Amino acid sequence: MSHDHVSNTKRIWFVFGLLSLVTTVEVILGIIKPEFLHLTKFLGMNLLNWIFYILTVFKAYYIVWAFMHMEGEKSSLRSAVVYPVVFLILYLLFILLTEGHYIYGVFKDSTIKWNF
Amino acid sequence: MEATVTTANSEEKTWGGGNEPMGASYGKLMMWFFIVSDALTFSGFLAAYGFSRFKFIETWPLADEVFTHFPFMHGVSAPMYYVALMTFILIFSSVTMVLAVDAGHQMKKNKVIIYMFLTIIGGMIFVGSQAWEWKNFIKGEYGAIETKGGSLLQFVDKDGKRVALADFSASLHEGREQLKGNKAKWFMSEPSLPTYTVAEVQAGFKAHPDLLIRTEVIYEGDEAVAKDPKINHDLTKIKHKTVLTRAESEARLAQATFVVEGANLTRNEYGSKLFADFFFFITGFHGFHVVSGIIINIIIFFNVLLGTYEKRKSYEMVEKVGLYWHFVDLVWVFVFTVFYLV
Repeated sequence: MSHDHVSNTKRIWFVFGLLSLVTTVEVILGIIKPEFLHLTKFLGMNLLNWIFYILTVFKAYYIVWAFMHMEGEKSSLRSAVVYPVVFLILYLLFILLTEGHYIYGVFKDSTIKWNF
Repeated sequence: MEATVTTANSEEKTWGGGNEPMGASYGKLMMWFFIVSDALTFSGFLAAYGFSRFKFIETWPLADEVFTHFPFMHGVSAPMYYVALMTFILIFSSVTMVLAVDAGHQMKKNKVIIYMFLTIIGGMIFVGSQAWEWKNFIKGEYGAIETKGGSLLQFVDKDGKRVALADFSASLHEGREQLKGNKAKWFMSEPSLPTYTVAEVQAGFKAHPDLLIRTEVIYEGDEAVAKDPKINHDLTKIKHKTVLTRAESEARLAQATFVVEGANLTRNEYGSKLFADFFFFITGFHGFHVVSGIIINIIIFFNVLLGTYEKRKSYEMVEKVGLYWHFVDLVWVFVFTVFYLV
């Protein structure tokens, strides 16, 4: 609340440039799909997808920190918002993706053909 | 806004109200907690999408074959460009929103008005673009066949290029008319019929010996499939859909039961049925958030025009609605990655 009333315009435009740049890189990679990234697997996912997810989280960080002005909030507010979300999302993803992968295996190894 | 009250040396004021334990006003704090719960809702949907995708990892549609349209460019396959444009529009409307908040901090009413106006316009353009995207998705482009076993067959020519049903289907004049209200009893109805019948597609396929069938299966090139005699190995590329030989194509097409054109919640011509369901539901839910964001923005916009916040000597309402608007942008960043990139 006790924000300084100086203008942040410069930083806003900087973040806009950064987000646009990252989006452009994502789009270019998405169109070209370089083979050495697309065909190399790392921890269950190909490298290209890892890059996409890392860039997405990078963009999310800047949106929350600069646009939603999380950087100006008290650290208690930051923790109260960020930690539950991050923890619960990771937990949910872990549970559901593991289960999805398991069911894939069940279908694949079953004696019944289910999609032909 | 008064300075933050700390409890250190003012015991009496602790329970007297006006306390801001996290340094944010009540409204702003609740907006943050609303965003937390909404973020978890969206993560639930996206994680469910991931679950289904992992479950059908071998047959999931490839995004750059589904979203290929760009305005005024008919017949040109332009994956990614349109959705990239939409992303820029939304990021830019986020920028104008944060500029409005910034101007509000400095009590510059006219600047707030201009920037909020631009934000509203940006949001409307985004929702309009989304509608156009949905229209193309629902209409479809090539059409496909669903087999008795529930898998989807698409058609390619001898170069592996997609072929639309309209380009080869025979017309046998055997089509049935759709049952409509004027010929039906009040409880009878049926969904619209596809342009071609299964027999017409089969006859057309027979008449065009160049055509081949492409299955949903993504070709990974491991040893078992690399020697499979049913696969056309000249046309099938790694990480692309598997193209079958002519003999196998004919055998598969004999199993056809449905002609699928475009997409609805039951079946779609792109592949896995769940794909369209998730697309409609998640982008729809996001679009609903954008629409409600526009409405809230308009309300606040008129309050700014009327000078409400000028009298209140605080533009905090603009900041709160700004938080919501940025959140909508934040969700889109993830939807964009999950549906279009990965």
